[in-house]
Amino acid sequence: MERIPILKMGRFLLVTIQVDMHDQLALALQDDLTSQIARTGARGVLIDISSLEIVDSFIGRVLANIASMSRILDAETVVVGMQPAVAITLVELGLSLPGVRTALNVERGMELLHASLRAAELEEYDGGGEEDDAFGGHDGLS
Amino acid sequence: MAQTAGSTVAEILGADPQALLDSWLQAQLSAPTARTDLITESELRQQSGEFLNLLRNAARGGSLDVQAPEWSQVRELLARVSRGRALQGFSPSETATFVLSLKQPLFARLRSGLAGDPERLMDAVWSATTLLDGLALYTTELFQQSREDVIYRQQQELLELSTPVVKLWEGVVAVPLIGTLDSARTQVVMENLLQRIVETGASMAIIDITGVPTVDTLVAQHLIKTVAAARLMGAECIISGIRPQIAQTIVHLGVELHGASTKATLADAIAMALRVTGWKVVRAEKR
Amino acid sequence: MTVSRSDVRPIRTEAEVVAARQAVRSWAVEMKFSLIDQTKLVTAASELARNALNYGGGGQMRMEILERSPRQGLRLTFEDQGPGIADVEQALRDGFTTGSGMGLGLGGSRRLVDEFEIHSAPGEGTRVTVVKWR
Ligand SMILES: Nc1ncnc2c1ncn2[C@@H]1O[C@H](COP(=O)(O)OP(=O)(O)OP(=O)(O)O)[C@@H](O)[C@H]1O
Ligand SMILES: [Mg+2]
Repeated sequence: MERIPILKMGRFLLVTIQVDMHDQLALALQDDLTSQIARTGARGVLIDISSLEIVDSFIGRVLANIASMSRILDAETVVVGMQPAVAITLVELGLSLPGVRTALNVERGMELLHASLRAAELEEYDGGGEEDDAFGGHDGLS
Repeated sequence: MAQTAGSTVAEILGADPQALLDSWLQAQLSAPTARTDLITESELRQQSGEFLNLLRNAARGGSLDVQAPEWSQVRELLARVSRGRALQGFSPSETATFVLSLKQPLFARLRSGLAGDPERLMDAVWSATTLLDGLALYTTELFQQSREDVIYRQQQELLELSTPVVKLWEGVVAVPLIGTLDSARTQVVMENLLQRIVETGASMAIIDITGVPTVDTLVAQHLIKTVAAARLMGAECIISGIRPQIAQTIVHLGVELHGASTKATLADAIAMALRVTGWKVVRAEKR
Repeated sequence: MTVSRSDVRPIRTEAEVVAARQAVRSWAVEMKFSLIDQTKLVTAASELARNALNYGGGGQMRMEILERSPRQGLRLTFEDQGPGIADVEQALRDGFTTGSGMGLGLGGSRRLVDEFEIHSAPGEGTRVTVVKWR
C-alpha cells in the first residue's frame, strides 16, 4: 500500500502531504507517525499541508489525533501552511482544531518546535540554558 | 396548436426576409425610443438581421417556448444585445423596444398572409404576441441583471476599498474597520485579511473596530470565525477598540472571542503585536 | 431552470470518494466558482460521499449544472440504498454520530452550501441534495 513519506530531521519528524489522501492513507500516516515517534524518540512533528486543497472532518480528526497522540509520546505537533480557503471552510464546517498548534510555513513551524523543545528541556533540567534569540528578538537597544 | 402556430410564424418570417428586415428597421428607427445617438444604423441593421435569422431557425423547430434548448441561440444574442445596451446607457424600455417593435411588421404580414383564415390568424397572432412578449421580458430581465452586476461589482470594489489591510510592521498586519458592518462586508474583510496574512507572512493580525458603532450576532460570529481561521493558518488575532457597548453586546450574545486577545486601543494592540513578534520599541535619547 | 450538463459517479470505494471530490473540483473550476466556494463545495461533497460509503454501504453521486439565467448552480445528489436514517433532525445536529466520527459531516456540509435537502427513512436508503450558486 502507498504511504506518505516521513522525513527525520534531527529530533523532529517532517511530513509533507501532497496528495488528495483517501481515508486509509490518512489513517496509515497516523499509525506510521506514532510508531516512528516512539521508535526514534522524536520530540516534534511538523506536518506541511500547504498543498492540501481541502481538509474535511476526517482529515481534521486525523490531524487532531496525531497531535494528541504525539503529545502523550512527549512530542509536539505543528501543522503548517493551511490555505485561507481551507481554513475558512474548516471553521464553517465546525472544526477549529483547538488542540493543534499551527504556523504559517515550514520555517515558522520549525522555530516553534525548536522553541518549545528548548522550553521543555529548560524545565526538565531546571535552568542552565542560555538566553537565545531564535524568535529574532532584536534587543540591545535598551 | 402551438406546433402549427410555430410553423406559421416561421413561414411568415421566412418569406422575403430582406423586406421584413427593412420594415422592422424602419419601425425601430422611427420609434420615439430610437437612440441613434448611441447605436449606428449599420450596427442596428446587423443585430436585427442576425436576430431575424436566429428567430426563424428557432421557430422552425415548432416550439415557441423561449426556454427550450432550440431557442438558446436567440437567448444568447438577446443576452449580448441587452448587456451591450445596459453598458451603452440605454433605458430598459428602449432596450425592450428592440424586440417589441417587431410586432408591428410581423402582424402586418400575418394579417395579409392569413386574411382568408381568421381562426389561424387569431392563433398565429396570439402565439407571436406571446413569443415576442416572452423575449422582451427576457431582454428586460437580462438588462436588469447586467445593471445589477455593474452595481454589484462597484459595491465589491467599494467594499475592498473600504477595508484596506495594511502591513504595519514585519510580521504584523492590521485592518481598521470603519462604519456599520454587515455580514457581506465582514466576509470580504475576513477573506482579505487571511489572504494578506499569507502574502506578507504575518503572524499577527490586528482587527481594529474603534470606528464600528454596533456589532450584531452575525457580525460577531464572522469576527470569531476570522480569528479561528487565522489561527488555523498560524496567525494570531488581536481585536482592538471594542467599545463598552459592543463588549456588552458580545457578552449578552453569549459569544466568546476565544483565541483572540482584546485590547482597548489600537496603540495597545500594536504594542502587544510588536512584543509578541519579538520587537522592542524604545524612545531615542533626547539630545 | 434547466439542467445543461449532468453526470453520475459511483461511490463504492474510498478511491471513488477521492475521484468524486476531484470531479466536483474540476466542474467547479470550469464554472468559475471562487476558490473559497470551490473549497466549500468539494468539502461538502467529501463529507456526503463518505457518509454514503460508510453508512449507506456505497452509492452514487449525480452532478448537474443548473441554468437559472443569469446564474449557474452546481447540484450534487448523493444516493445510497443503505439502512437510512430514523431521526434526520438528530443526525443533522452537530456532534451526533453513531460511528466514530465527530458528527460534523451533515450539519457542516449544510452550512457550506446554498441549498440542502435530505430524504431518508429506515430501510429506504438516503438521498442528500446540495446546490451551490454562483
Ligand atoms: N448515508 C447515510 N446512511 C445512513 N446513515 C447516515 C448516512 N449519513 C449519515 N448517517 C447517520 O447520521 C450520523 C451523522 O452523520 P455526520 O456525517 O453528521 O457525522 P459522522 O459521519 O458520524 O461524523 P463525521 O462526518 O464528523 O466524521 C451518522 O453517524 C450516521 O448515523
Ligand atoms: Mg460523516
